[in-house]
Amino acid sequence: MGPWFGHDVFKVLIFAVNTHEKPKKFLMKIREIENRLKKFRVGIAGAGGLGSNCAAALARAGVGSFVIADFDIVDDSNLSRQYYFSRQVGMLKTEALKENLIAIRPGLEVTVHNRRLDVTNIPSVFQGCDVIVEAFDSAEMKEMIIETVCRVYPETPLVVGSGLAGWGMTDLLKCRQIDRHLFICGDETSETSDEMPPLAPRVGIVANMQANTVLEILLNKPAS
Amino acid sequence: MKIILNNREEELTGERMTITRMLELKKFTFRMRIIRVNGKLIPRDEYDSTMVNNGDNIEMIYLMSGG
Repeated sequence: MGPWFGHDVFKVLIFAVNTHEKPKKFLMKIREIENRLKKFRVGIAGAGGLGSNCAAALARAGVGSFVIADFDIVDDSNLSRQYYFSRQVGMLKTEALKENLIAIRPGLEVTVHNRRLDVTNIPSVFQGCDVIVEAFDSAEMKEMIIETVCRVYPETPLVVGSGLAGWGMTDLLKCRQIDRHLFICGDETSETSDEMPPLAPRVGIVANMQANTVLEILLNKPAS
Repeated sequence: MKIILNNREEELTGERMTITRMLELKKFTFRMRIIRVNGKLIPRDEYDSTMVNNGDNIEMIYLMSGG
């Protein structure tokens, strides 16, 4: 036999592994997870670096329904870390994010609220959400939504992002459960400033930590 | 009195006091935080009326801007 024979056997083996064993197993499990996740609705409070990246990860994982609230428009400077594209500069963030989520999964249900969130409108905006993701920029707003959700929807899990400025220091990023329904992701120490701007990798890690926490909450929840 | 503050035992001069007084005594200046007393979240507008007692477990969670 010439060397081509051995090569062919190798190709057949690769083919067998690729088409039968692992991918099929993963696919079945992924479909099962998607089927569970598509019944849930996640609220995204703020569609900046945390909110846009977190929503994209959740849409890919299979969450079926989103409520997105933000008042801002996509700016050039947002492209350094937020899940938007240069052609979307000038669009409302809610509309741009809806477009991007639906580009990932056409069947998604996305409700948008183009408004600044406050104590009075949070209850109606996020009514019916299974989990709420806090993705505001300012610490005052973070405090406001924690107080509001704990008071109005004490049974709704809230996943907060706090501390994501700068670069490196990956090992300082963590996620902890404060109580039954309150979770905090981030380093809890770094604050954005001129010297410590938010950048795509660390913002993306924290956004994905929030998304990962949401999955943990939803996949542990009994299907209704 | 003794309290547990973020998992550490702390001694405070005085007996019962409000959260506002405790923050003054400890000279906490960082403004953005949430405070839990024995597991219960205390909204900012109740700092003047909520008492901290000997043996209470106080958690302060700092909120950082950026998102």
